[in-house]
Amino acid sequence: MSARGTGTIPPPARVRDGSPGKQAASRNGSGQGSETAPELAMIGRPMRKIDGRAKGTGRARYTDDIRLPGMLHGKILRSPHPHARIVAIDTSRAEALDGVHGAVTGRDMPTTYGIIPWTPDEYPLCVDKVRYVGDGVAAVAAVDEDTANAAVDLIDVEYEELPAYLDPHEAIAADGPYIHEPRRKGRNGNITKTVELAFGDVERGFEGSDLVVEGDYFFEGTTHTPIEPHCAIGLAEPDGRLTVWSATQVPHYLHRELARVLELDPARVRVVQPPVGGAFGGKSEPFDLEFCVARLSMITGRPVKILYTREEVFYSHRGRHPFHMRYRTGATRDGMLTAVDSRIVMDGGAYASFGLVTTYYSGQLLTAPYRMPAYRFHSTRAYTNKPACGPKRGHGSVQPRFAFEVQLDRIAEALEIDPIELRRRNFIGSDTRTVNDLRVTSNGFLECLDAVERASEWGRKYRRLPYGRGVGVAGSTYITGTNYPVYPNDMPQSGIQLQVDRSGRVAIFSGASEIGQGVDSMVTYIVAEELGVPLEHIRVLAGDTDFTPVDLGAYSSRVTFMLGNACIDAARRIKAMVQEAVAEAWGTKPREVLLAGGLAVMAGDTGTSMPLREAFNLAEAKFGTLGATGSYNTPKDVHGSYRGATIGASPAYSFTAHVAEVEVDPETGFVTVEKIWIAHDCGRALNPVLVEGQMEGSAYMGFAEALMEEQIFKTADQGRAGLHNAPSLLDYRIPTSLDTPALESLIIESIDPEGPYGAKEAGEGPLHPSIPAIANAIHDAVGVRMNSLPFSPPRVWRALQATGDGGRG
Amino acid sequence: MEVVRLRVNGDERACGVPAHYTLLETLRYGLGLTGSKQGCDKGDCGACTVIVDGRAVLSCITPVWEAEGREVRTVEGLATATGLHPVQDEFDLNGAAQCGFCTPGILCSSVALLGRNPSPTRGEIRAALAGNLCRCTGYEKIYDAVEAAAARLNDR
Repeated sequence: MSARGTGTIPPPARVRDGSPGKQAASRNGSGQGSETAPELAMIGRPMRKIDGRAKGTGRARYTDDIRLPGMLHGKILRSPHPHARIVAIDTSRAEALDGVHGAVTGRDMPTTYGIIPWTPDEYPLCVDKVRYVGDGVAAVAAVDEDTANAAVDLIDVEYEELPAYLDPHEAIAADGPYIHEPRRKGRNGNITKTVELAFGDVERGFEGSDLVVEGDYFFEGTTHTPIEPHCAIGLAEPDGRLTVWSATQVPHYLHRELARVLELDPARVRVVQPPVGGAFGGKSEPFDLEFCVARLSMITGRPVKILYTREEVFYSHRGRHPFHMRYRTGATRDGMLTAVDSRIVMDGGAYASFGLVTTYYSGQLLTAPYRMPAYRFHSTRAYTNKPACGPKRGHGSVQPRFAFEVQLDRIAEALEIDPIELRRRNFIGSDTRTVNDLRVTSNGFLECLDAVERASEWGRKYRRLPYGRGVGVAGSTYITGTNYPVYPNDMPQSGIQLQVDRSGRVAIFSGASEIGQGVDSMVTYIVAEELGVPLEHIRVLAGDTDFTPVDLGAYSSRVTFMLGNACIDAARRIKAMVQEAVAEAWGTKPREVLLAGGLAVMAGDTGTSMPLREAFNLAEAKFGTLGATGSYNTPKDVHGSYRGATIGASPAYSFTAHVAEVEVDPETGFVTVEKIWIAHDCGRALNPVLVEGQMEGSAYMGFAEALMEEQIFKTADQGRAGLHNAPSLLDYRIPTSLDTPALESLIIESIDPEGPYGAKEAGEGPLHPSIPAIANAIHDAVGVRMNSLPFSPPRVWRALQATGDGGRG
Repeated sequence: MEVVRLRVNGDERACGVPAHYTLLETLRYGLGLTGSKQGCDKGDCGACTVIVDGRAVLSCITPVWEAEGREVRTVEGLATATGLHPVQDEFDLNGAAQCGFCTPGILCSSVALLGRNPSPTRGEIRAALAGNLCRCTGYEKIYDAVEAAAARLNDR
């Protein structure tokens, strides 16, 4: 064990042999990957994370761990009503309380914002209306938390209640008063967005079908619940500079919005993003607390911190939208898909958030890994008087994937085709276009199906296990970032800067957000690979808009692909300088100089070498101070020509297949998931330990949504309309260690032609199939179709009762 | 404000705190030991777990006065001058920490478990960690790490 002190870890024996260059699909593209594919020294090996020791010793400083001299504590007063006009707000009694230094209301920041530039519909604090129980209306800063809590109770707000919409269908049918003023006269102010798109001849597809399966599905809302609550600190300095520390996934967007809303020169605004204690999409847009700490610091001249309570985290939400879905799927008698038609109503909550994108994603991201000759979707996002929904891991595509993969299972059942075989037959292939003109390059989906089939012993189990036990399969795809950024611009999506020291150390300046996924480690591995520097000689300064180049944020599974390519770009610039300088000293060609293992080595002559430090010094003497920037931008114009075609366009798509094995107690309806086998095509696993972590964490989160979690609200009959049913981690049940099934990761590497060393995403794709795989396994176990989430004991029990024979069929 | 005396990570500490302070508030705000985390502030998530007299305790629902005169060990007190505790090291090697926010509490629960049961089965590890929510990992790598740490401690 002592050999495992630092640096690389010997490969584990299980799951995947750690040898670099192993690949499931033997394709080789022309991008970054193939240039270095033959000889990888570090990439592909299990390695420690660079922040693992800091996190494991309590030394990592998260936002709430920061205390500044003279720091005040802020608190936000929240609406008790789901929908009401604000008639008057009076903060004078709060401000008169001893220890209170300042108060703000919506009128102090009367500028709307929104993560999507076309739908800015939020104020930092409500100005004229509140739209959900928990909407922020005023904030105070005081010497300590107790005083701040006492002060918000002294703020007087007069409300005029309005009818509340809790159901999206009722919201759509209403003719006012709307939750938001329509942007154009005559429009329905309770609708964020409607998208209707059709590809191919859908009606002809259905006419030519031997079988058409129809079904209604409901996906309940769920929320992220990172263990770290949102937290922010504002510090306004006398020279007009403003610094905001925040547990955010998107420091760059926060920087822009703070400057815009607070009417400050962006050059005077600095956002610092400390390590984030989990996010999953729940911290990927600006929140009220960030504006409030900034404004309160500007008013008081003191640093101000706001830490959400766990209850407030549930109100801030931005989690999974409840989806009401209707699907029609046609197939020939040999199981080939002919046409797919969907109609979706999405319950968006009080604000748009990413909702414009969610509405597109609900249809756009369904078109792989299966070939669809014809496809139509119609999706509407309604506003309701509940906390806003937004992007949760697998944004907008987890819900349709559930419905669609259950549809496929029903087709397989009706046609008596093995469900894995049905999926194989419809495989879309690699280097192709989907029916909606998304460009698919690498695709390891067949290998994923093979892997889960083998590992789960599918052939021995499917339809062969005793009553009450069953297995189910599902597949999926997901984007590796988006080709078009949130706000239109032609600049790179990711930038990075490297600086080389005379001691042999390399500093990485990265704008990307470390949220636990390991991005700071990822860039370290790449620099180590390219420059041959030992991991312990690399430092990362990340997430500080004053000092790091722009990366757009940790969302849409974009970071490894985009920042990874930027990092390769920068490292190779430095490598070229070092090779040239050393080659000059040795009287050889630059390409004969190899950088590895802390040395510069002459190719084919291991006797000729020098420590990297000396090689760096030669390069510095020749070229001046050694540093480089690198950047990555996405391919443009690789999408269709219809309106909306850019949404869903990604430089690469990941693919996943799961098999779930369940046991169902027919007496109680209680479902136990015994195990989930997860096969995921991540392109290339830069560090398989971290990839497995993403796969297992995703499958866990999907399992949780399938069986346990519901972000639900009380109706008027239940006490108070729109009140969160259970805003605590005791009542909103996320799985404990005892609830979570065994999870087995099977990494598939298709070596993407454009990914860094062939890598694609792993953080979101592997969530998708959990839910339909479990639904399909329940059917295999007890013969009932679970079409509504979660598959809780009462729902499963009722479904069993409805069959008359408890599902024994 | 009243003065509370604690023995934390081997040090005798005295600290002025409001009478209603919990052990977690005292550690974080009074003593600057921010390794123990606040995730829910009501005993639901386990991020605040510390070791008191060898037992894993939720410090966010422990009035600080209950810890007076007892041996408190936090995540900051697991490593020694010669290196990481084997549980810490194995968490790092196995990728058992992603965002790391639940990690201090899980480390403390794990160390307390291995203190009373040096060779736990995987089922016993699962049971011992049932009060610590992790939202990132799916728990598998945490079990791997605790098992590996137990093996290392037993090899000594």
